Amino acid sequence: MSAESSYYVPSQSRWPIVASVGLFLTFVGAGSVMNASSAGESTGLSWLMFFSGALLMAYMLFGWFGHVIQESRAGMYSTQMDRSFRWGMSWFIFSEVMFFAAFFGALFYVRVFAVPWLGGDGSNASTGELLWPEFEATWPLLSNPSPELFPGPTATIDPWHLPLVNTILLIASSVTVTFAHHALKDGKRAALKAWLFATIALGLVFLFFQGEEYVVAYNTLDLTLDSGIYGTTFFLLTGFHGAHVTLGTLMLIIMFFRVQKGHFDKENHFAFEATSWYWHFVDVVWLGLFVVIYVI
Amino acid sequence: MSATAETAIENTHSDEHHGPAKGIARWLFTTNHKDIGSMYLWFSFIMFLLGGCMALTIRAELFQPGLQLIEPEFFNQMTTLHGLIMVFGAVMPAFVGLANWMIPLMVGAPDMALPRMNNWSFWILPFAFSLLVSTLFMEGGAPNFGWTFYAPLSTTYAPDTVTYFIFGVHMMGISSIMGAINVIATILNMRAPGMTLMKMPLFVWTWLITAFLLIAVMPVLAGVVTMMLMDVHFGTSFFNAAGGGDPVLFQHIFWFFGHPEVYIMILPAFGVVSQIIPTFSRKPLFGYHSMVYAVGSIAILSFIVWAHHMFTVGMPLFGELFFMYATMLIAVPTGVKVFNWIATMFRGSLTFETPMLFSIAFVVLFTIGGFSGLMLAIAPSDFQYHDTYFVVAHFHYVLVPGAIFGIFAAVYYWLPKWCGRMYSEALGKWHFWLSFVGMNLAFFPMHFLGLAGMPRRIPDYALQFADFNQISTVGAFMFGSTQLLFLYLVIKAIRSGEPATDQVWESAEGLEWTIPSPAPYHTFSTPPEVK
Repeated sequence: MSAESSYYVPSQSRWPIVASVGLFLTFVGAGSVMNASSAGESTGLSWLMFFSGALLMAYMLFGWFGHVIQESRAGMYSTQMDRSFRWGMSWFIFSEVMFFAAFFGALFYVRVFAVPWLGGDGSNASTGELLWPEFEATWPLLSNPSPELFPGPTATIDPWHLPLVNTILLIASSVTVTFAHHALKDGKRAALKAWLFATIALGLVFLFFQGEEYVVAYNTLDLTLDSGIYGTTFFLLTGFHGAHVTLGTLMLIIMFFRVQKGHFDKENHFAFEATSWYWHFVDVVWLGLFVVIYVI
Repeated sequence: MSATAETAIENTHSDEHHGPAKGIARWLFTTNHKDIGSMYLWFSFIMFLLGGCMALTIRAELFQPGLQLIEPEFFNQMTTLHGLIMVFGAVMPAFVGLANWMIPLMVGAPDMALPRMNNWSFWILPFAFSLLVSTLFMEGGAPNFGWTFYAPLSTTYAPDTVTYFIFGVHMMGISSIMGAINVIATILNMRAPGMTLMKMPLFVWTWLITAFLLIAVMPVLAGVVTMMLMDVHFGTSFFNAAGGGDPVLFQHIFWFFGHPEVYIMILPAFGVVSQIIPTFSRKPLFGYHSMVYAVGSIAILSFIVWAHHMFTVGMPLFGELFFMYATMLIAVPTGVKVFNWIATMFRGSLTFETPMLFSIAFVVLFTIGGFSGLMLAIAPSDFQYHDTYFVVAHFHYVLVPGAIFGIFAAVYYWLPKWCGRMYSEALGKWHFWLSFVGMNLAFFPMHFLGLAGMPRRIPDYALQFADFNQISTVGAFMFGSTQLLFLYLVIKAIRSGEPATDQVWESAEGLEWTIPSPAPYHTFSTPPEVK
């Protein structure tokens, strides 16, 4: 709030409208792919729409961020502008926290209320008796209320193998990205590149192991999206987390290329910092997942 | 709140500062908060008329018992789209438009904090609503499960277009979250030197808290529609008890979003009224600090009352009691606000220009909506009122003379600043009185219908409900057609109204009244000093 010289108000930009068209095509394309495949119709045109939208979004992201990077490197941004970006990123991460909160909340509700009630808990003895009298409430839920409609999984993922390794990998990557940040602030470019590279590698190995875990779940445990509420919450929570790790890794890779090009200095490197905030955020989400999905 | 400006008008012109571009490019590519604010307001008015036509379709069908004009299936599509369009297309964008126009002017900022993202927030909306409205013309028809889209109506038994509905909601959510981030960043980071938080006009305060609510709950809405999408297309069982899920889970997550959402639609109107009543009472706002704390308390409470929408689903007794008492607590800060507005008017030298008329009607009629809300908050009584026209009467009393009258008041109050011309006071008063009478005729009888047991969302009804329904329909058509007069008087003001002075209103205070009317394309490029 101090008296700044002048706040940079950008002139007209074509990126927002490109982004709106891109988002529209991507979403309508995705929606019609889903509708067409559920109805057993051809999905060719829908995929075309989806991919043209996605390409347009990629073009927009490169163009828009490229433009912002140019402006930033041209020294057009004041410290007040920097604070706008910081508030923007912080509140964006808060919105992501609330998105995950919806899924964590669903898991909590299912485990604490819905499944026990289906089994006749509380004042719901007749519910259990009338709907699915054979059903027994357990968690992990291996036998669903209606095994005909929703055949349950045979087993769940053992937390002390791959998930534990993944936990260690992600925590390590949070440490390495912090080392990279300190190296950047100390002006040690070689160390910055090395630690950043290590973070990216850890992220990629994590993603590979997550993929491996999904293959095991589908092929040997019958743990699938349609295997009832356990698989539902398992795949949606870990899946959205994985999608966020993928996005975070992409952001880290872009930071790596920007470092290679000589971007950032000791004071001005908010893009890097925002990426590391995001990375810590996906790390914290994982810790929550590891505890409530895998361990307990 | 004596915010006076040392430098009223900036006169520095650098490369980035230029007048508006010509033609359509101005609107497509703009980064100017005033352009974007105007687009939001016009868009919301178009949506208001469209959603209004759907409401009139509903009311026309309900003029008489029996089925006259439309099929029940189409009736359901109308109730669904009317609700969605009015909530997400009319009320919310109108307040975002007001925020865009007024927050930078009120805090002395050159523009919104992130002007390009601001443009994107707006331009997503026309695409989102084109998608939503286009479902009317698709095979299977538009979404027909009500604006609250309860599962399994919206999953197992939904028309195919539910997929496009879900993606449309995602687009609206992205737009709202980006808009809210922009508002928060602007308020926290762009205030002129000396504009401390406790000197901010109440409209800015209410929007700060609204933006926080938006960022907190729009992602939860995104989450719940994503769960629907997974249930519909990918075989998951979030809302399917056969797989261990629960349809009631849908209602919990939806209303965790939905209850803060209703405050998102009313808090900025609180802010508007808190600006207008002091001006036309020629007195400072009574209890500024308590007003701020009241809005904050309402926002916090809004997160722990959601299940009062679902007293009849079969919650444990503890849940019923908790949500009942928590809901009643909201009456305390709301009462603080109502008493403060009245105390502001008390012994003021009042004049009754159109913005003031709408604001006074707001205080009276919103309070009626608040009281019927208290009745609904009492769990045992709610068992009787649930899903009847009493609920419809209640939320229309908080949304029409609440949110919509707040928006009307704001438009009359600030239009002279926007376009530099006065509206016709005579036409404004006609608009007010016709809206006031029409709206009460339309919605007051619904209380009686609901108490007598008429269920909501039904195209047909028993004969004894006919009289009140006919009155209601007459009122609805009166209110609806009056809005064409509003359109006419706004266009007339923009084209040929009397020139407005810079201060516009005799005792209006705040930075926005220190700049010329109409507001120049760029304002406060050099921040003013606030004492």
